[in-house]
Amino acid sequence: MSLISTLARLEAVSTGRAQPAATVRHRHLSDRPLVFVPLITAGEAGAPLGALVGTDRDAPRLLVVPQPRDRDLRFAFLAELADVVLPYVDAYAEVVEAAERTETDPETGKRVKVEVDLCADAPQLIVPSRAGIELVRLLGRSMRFRRTAEQDPEAPYPAPPRVPLLGRWLTHFGERARVPGSSLLLAMTDVLGRHWATGQSTLEDQHLGALLAWIDPPEGLTGAEAALRAELERDAQGQLTCPPAGPATDPAFDNKLLAPAIERYDRARTALAAAEDGLEADDRLGALTAAEREIRDLVLSRTLPTWEKVWQGLDLLRELPVGAHVEERWTRDRWSFTGHRDRVLAGEPPQPRRDDAVTAANKLATREREQARLEAQEALDDPLVMAGRRLSGEAFAGEVTDVVMAYSEGKRPSPRPLVTVRTDDRPHLGERTKVYRSLGGKPQSAEFVGAEEDGASVVLRILDKMGRGKEPEPGSVPEKGDRVCFTLFEHEQRGGAKLPDPEETPWTHGGPPGEATLEAADPVTAEDVL
Amino acid sequence: MPPPRTRGTALRHRLAELRGPDVPAKALDARALAALAANPGCARRAILDGAGVNKAALASALGSPSAFGQSQFALTRGNAFEAKVKADGGAELLRLVHEKLDRTAEPPAEARVPDLTATGPQGRTARTALELREAAAHPGAWTLLDHPMLALDVAGSPAFLEPDAVVVHPDGSWTVVEIKSFPLLDGSADPAKVGAAARQAAVYVLALEELAARVDPSPRVRHRILLVCPRDFSNLPAASAVDIRKQRAVTARQLTRLTRIEDIAETLPEGTCFSPELPADELTAAVESVPATYAPECLSACELAFHCRGRSRETGAVTSLGRPVRAELGGLTTVEDVLAAARGEAGDPGDPAVAALRRAAALRAEALEAACR
Repeated sequence: MSLISTLARLEAVSTGRAQPAATVRHRHLSDRPLVFVPLITAGEAGAPLGALVGTDRDAPRLLVVPQPRDRDLRFAFLAELADVVLPYVDAYAEVVEAAERTETDPETGKRVKVEVDLCADAPQLIVPSRAGIELVRLLGRSMRFRRTAEQDPEAPYPAPPRVPLLGRWLTHFGERARVPGSSLLLAMTDVLGRHWATGQSTLEDQHLGALLAWIDPPEGLTGAEAALRAELERDAQGQLTCPPAGPATDPAFDNKLLAPAIERYDRARTALAAAEDGLEADDRLGALTAAEREIRDLVLSRTLPTWEKVWQGLDLLRELPVGAHVEERWTRDRWSFTGHRDRVLAGEPPQPRRDDAVTAANKLATREREQARLEAQEALDDPLVMAGRRLSGEAFAGEVTDVVMAYSEGKRPSPRPLVTVRTDDRPHLGERTKVYRSLGGKPQSAEFVGAEEDGASVVLRILDKMGRGKEPEPGSVPEKGDRVCFTLFEHEQRGGAKLPDPEETPWTHGGPPGEATLEAADPVTAEDVL
Repeated sequence: MPPPRTRGTALRHRLAELRGPDVPAKALDARALAALAANPGCARRAILDGAGVNKAALASALGSPSAFGQSQFALTRGNAFEAKVKADGGAELLRLVHEKLDRTAEPPAEARVPDLTATGPQGRTARTALELREAAAHPGAWTLLDHPMLALDVAGSPAFLEPDAVVVHPDGSWTVVEIKSFPLLDGSADPAKVGAAARQAAVYVLALEELAARVDPSPRVRHRILLVCPRDFSNLPAASAVDIRKQRAVTARQLTRLTRIEDIAETLPEGTCFSPELPADELTAAVESVPATYAPECLSACELAFHCRGRSRETGAVTSLGRPVRAELGGLTTVEDVLAAARGEAGDPGDPAVAALRRAAALRAEALEAACR
């Protein structure tokens, strides 16, 4: 945390309201995001209890597993979830635009441009908190290796038809969420925490209710009071009035309300199974429906407040103007989405349990590159982020006080003007350190020549983006009196060294992965919980 | 005339007074151990845990109840899984110990599973020690101690610990077994949870080492413990050996550095008592008489955290925003001090922390102004 964001937090404490941590929105928000508010059963490895899901704020779809230990009910839940998520994903997969991509020609080995489809837009999943992202990954992992009756007639407990496909998509969303700056799957607490500094610690910011209480406190309350209420206030039944955003539930809810309701449901089910005639069965079916209704109401009562909060968060975020580079990063998300769509269409097997060495190294390199890209782009888009970089000596801003024309030595002298910038910042400049500024969206580089004696002015030699002629193109060299901002970090990220193809994996890294085999489904046991 | 008290009994007596009359001492559970690791320097936590005070009841009596609780679903599932692992005389558990830790030994065809029931924690500790000595008399045999009780000297008072199981190998060495209900998915588990389990097991290892030192010849306490978790999405046990040497060293160091509970107890006013039966204002005064070092990490480890957080916020301590914040601000410890220094109203401009703060404030104001335009 930089001193600037610490200061913002302290101001939030003293003013009783969250303070801006960004002046623009740094993440893409879809016009039609799919909000997913899941709940799980305590103690199980992500056994779902229910969820609210949908793209319409006023009409969420409620999915409930009345007895989370029952495999058929869990499958019914997952099948219903697939019925909501997959049509939403498919709608984006169908609309494409033409785009170009450079590929290596397999015959000549040359880099050639090929025309490919790129999905015009991509789906966006929004969950309340970071734990929700982990659950999406876990659900994806639990479903993608399942076999349907069609794939394998012998499979014990076959999965409903679209469940394995849902698993592959959720896995992709979960995997993409690990790439910095990506927006296919977002956690509301992360995005809000990126844009506002509250008067509490980052640990406490994980509570969606408390975080929103600081950003948008209700009338007559300070952020601290509202946050405390969101964290701790309980009603007459001992239940939190602001239920946790999940996926874990409050133990008091489990013990006092949910467990008795599930027990009643179990009893009603046993009674129905034991009914001896039609009339009795009708009665008992009524009782079972009532018991199920009760659990549905309970799950709704715990998810609806979170659902509202996620949309409230979206409203708040939409008020911020969008950052200049957000669209570019979203295009990368669209490429990622299109790539997975193509893999599914091509009939490739689901993502493996463990990546091979080359894939894993590629993923890691991508994340590192995207992290650097994100940091650079956020600073360029947002003066508040740039202020942090200036404070740490990674950038400096100031006024041009002098420009002296100079030329490079050589057969064809090129312009290498010397620019003096007066700045109050203290950049960490060494001899010939390269610095960059944004010129019409492209980085222009310069090198550090020296500092004036008073230390408040630096002299830079501009190196490029001045055209081919002897005289620099108009506007390409800063003029006396201009405000300029140079960074010590590069604006665009270069790709790292190329990795070998998977078939060429050296023996030090496990050797070639061999034939891609369809991984076996998880062995099914009688006591499975997911 | 009563016999003159030794130091040990005097302390025990004093701690019982702090706990309140007729309040039984609470054993040092997993959460208290986590709190010990998260905040070793907190005198309040040290004396309350040392005296065996039930901090959850205390927090409720203070009007800031803790948010900890255990769902009965989690409890049922955890117990069912542990029972499954230990079923059949621990056959599956011993098979896992043999496979993961001691492949050269004779496979455990049958094992001794001594009965460890006794009254009171002292009784159970004595019983456990007896059975561990007894196991040494059966070389070549596997012994499984199910829920033994161990005592560890924490800051001068004995804390009672209950590991899930301890296994005695045929070569006489001892292994701690931790059974957890979070899944081992494709061979890996949540690192935060594994870390917590390792820290917990490290404390058990230390307690066992203390015990082993009193046995002649001293048996070896293994520094690789066995962590047993459900495999993937099933209820089948999967195990992994976890090397806890690092956690053991850290915990041992923390334990030796703990302010001695005796010293803290001596600073308390006469008649201080933490019994939840007392009225709230008396209790608050008692709790306030011991200094706390609150940090947000306490929220996940200590029952009293909400109370301490409220106090910390009232005094405007910057640590309530996180330890890193405190570290950045040098000698400035309250919110008002920092803001006044940033505004240029107070503070020594020669102090590097103050100078950095003013620069940060100026840059922030400039950026926000630029954004408004």
